[in-house]
Amino acid sequence: MLKIKDLHASVEGKEILKGVNLTVRPGEVHAIMGPNGSGKSTLSSVLTGHPAFTVTGGEVEFYGKDLLALSPEDRAHEGLFLSFQYPVEIPGVSMVNFMRAAVNEKRRYHGQDPLSASDFLKLMREKRAVVQLDNKLASRAVNEGFSGGEKKRNEIFQMAMLEPRLSILDETDSGLDIDALRIVASGVNQLKSKENATIVITHYQRLLDYIKPDFVHILYKGRIVMSAGPELALELEEKGYDWIKEMNS
Amino acid sequence: MNSLTQYIELHDQHLKTIEAHAPQVLNDLRRHARQALEGAMLPRKGQEDYEATDLNAMFAPDYGVNIARLDFDIDPATVFHCDVPNMSTCMYYTYNDIFHPSGTARKLEGGVVVESLAQAAVNHPELLERCGQLASLDDPAVALNTLLAQDGILVYVPDGFSADRTIQLVNILNYTRPMMVVRRVLVILGRNAHARMLVCDHTQSTEVDCLSSQVVEIFAGEDASFDYYDMEESGPMTHRVSSIYVHQQGRSNVLVDGITLTNGTSRNNYHVVVDGEHAETQLLGMTIASGTQHVDTYTHIDHRAPRCHSNEMFKYVLSEQAIGAFAGKILVQPDCPRVEAYQGNRNICASDTARMYTKPQLEIYTDDVKCSHGTTIGQLDDEALFYMRTRGISLDEARNLLMQAFMADVIDAVRLDTLRDRLRYLTEKRFNGTLANCGACVAACR
Repeated sequence: MLKIKDLHASVEGKEILKGVNLTVRPGEVHAIMGPNGSGKSTLSSVLTGHPAFTVTGGEVEFYGKDLLALSPEDRAHEGLFLSFQYPVEIPGVSMVNFMRAAVNEKRRYHGQDPLSASDFLKLMREKRAVVQLDNKLASRAVNEGFSGGEKKRNEIFQMAMLEPRLSILDETDSGLDIDALRIVASGVNQLKSKENATIVITHYQRLLDYIKPDFVHILYKGRIVMSAGPELALELEEKGYDWIKEMNS
Repeated sequence: MNSLTQYIELHDQHLKTIEAHAPQVLNDLRRHARQALEGAMLPRKGQEDYEATDLNAMFAPDYGVNIARLDFDIDPATVFHCDVPNMSTCMYYTYNDIFHPSGTARKLEGGVVVESLAQAAVNHPELLERCGQLASLDDPAVALNTLLAQDGILVYVPDGFSADRTIQLVNILNYTRPMMVVRRVLVILGRNAHARMLVCDHTQSTEVDCLSSQVVEIFAGEDASFDYYDMEESGPMTHRVSSIYVHQQGRSNVLVDGITLTNGTSRNNYHVVVDGEHAETQLLGMTIASGTQHVDTYTHIDHRAPRCHSNEMFKYVLSEQAIGAFAGKILVQPDCPRVEAYQGNRNICASDTARMYTKPQLEIYTDDVKCSHGTTIGQLDDEALFYMRTRGISLDEARNLLMQAFMADVIDAVRLDTLRDRLRYLTEKRFNGTLANCGACVAACR
């Protein structure tokens, strides 16, 4: 579904991604690990079309379409989802209005009628259960005053609502206690299917105990320098990143 | 060029006609106004408190004035449908500046009076004595209004009475040549009297410039409460100078809310005198401006008594080439302890070409008070926009949601439930560009 070929990207003139190659197929879970500053978050920003990042080379194909030519909203409509490392607070915009706009714009993109109010609320109720998101949170402004854990749960709730084909979880484990981590991971696992895929970006092996990857990649200095099975994550947990740095210096 | 000259000449040449069609009270005021205008000039752009607006230029075109008081053979109720339906208001119209009680579907109970100043001169002459007591002839725009005003509207709620319905006044401008309307509104609330009023300004003509000059005087007696919502939905060729004066006695509670959804050029002045202990004031404003809309607000809250509370908040969302201005002053006079007065002006410039001028001011002569002012001018939050787009919400829709959210608190402050809901709907339509302009109002707003 996703083919990244020799992707180069920069922010404010500084090159961060220096030739990333990655292929993701339906049903797969990929983990991308790497030390701070290696370009992990940049990769997720570039894939979702953040305007601050400039693609300077390479291509990305998503279900046969040129992903980089699409607007951020059309990428979402095509089935790409990013769970933000730092979800944005939007005071004054209620979760209900926000989700209704998102769901109905996607439906319109695919030539479907908007959901009726009752169907929409039913869908909200159903998907809230996936991450045990309190009804009170759903009636508040988007992420406003949410705790760190609530924000991450809210990201997975939105993912459940939008049913993406490819989800990128950017440091979804950061700022979570063990209980919240379990709830979030269980939400992600419930949403997993043969048709969709997940890219998990993380520093730590911990999250991968709950969300089992099929492949683990190490991103270092803007390139994927090593790819292997889940055992690589365990090795990193044990040995740290120094040996990777030495190997690539 | 002094724009006043042509109107003074008009007055001098046609004084007999003007006086013949006006009650004595207005004619008496007219003489004072004529004196006040001797050697006067309307403010020009750049003068203090007129950083963005040129009143002299606004009045420069040779606007006609309907001094013979020719009525238009039309029933406003049949040509106009209000944007705020289902409110069960008691509806009155001015068509151009002629008062039409004909639109009244229901009568107000409890001795509440809504009538033209001409009628009031016969029925309630003692009330008309209040006319001109608040409005200052030192302001040339007010003096000009006074010079040419021949009629107006009186709203009177006697001591101890409440208006059982919201009083709605719809002002419709519809001209085939450039005209000026001169409007006076006098509102008197007795002790412990209560009323709410919604004023809607519409312009139906789209081909010619017109100018509306209004002076509103509101007296709130002890323990009275009053809401005054002034909503402008005019057109790009409408120019407006509005001066609203409020005088509050002890324990009165007054809310004044100035809403601009569409307009041409407007200068809105608010003067509030808080003159009795424990009086409360809410002064609110909301402006949505795009294209070449120009909205300039001046506010002056004068605290003359201890233990009063005023809360002021004006919000602007400007896009395209719109220009906004706000100059607000809070004055706390000596010996007014325990006054609480808060002023806020928050603005979004949603385009590179929109301009906002703002000037908050506090002048405090008593020690034991709580006062603050705060002003911000910002853009829409890029990170929030991107976040919404990653969820599939288009950039336009995301911007609309953020702008709507920005206005949420001033809309929530509206104390009329139906108007609040309707405002939410109208602002949503205004932001997504589907609010019909007034020329098309008849068809589109039902």
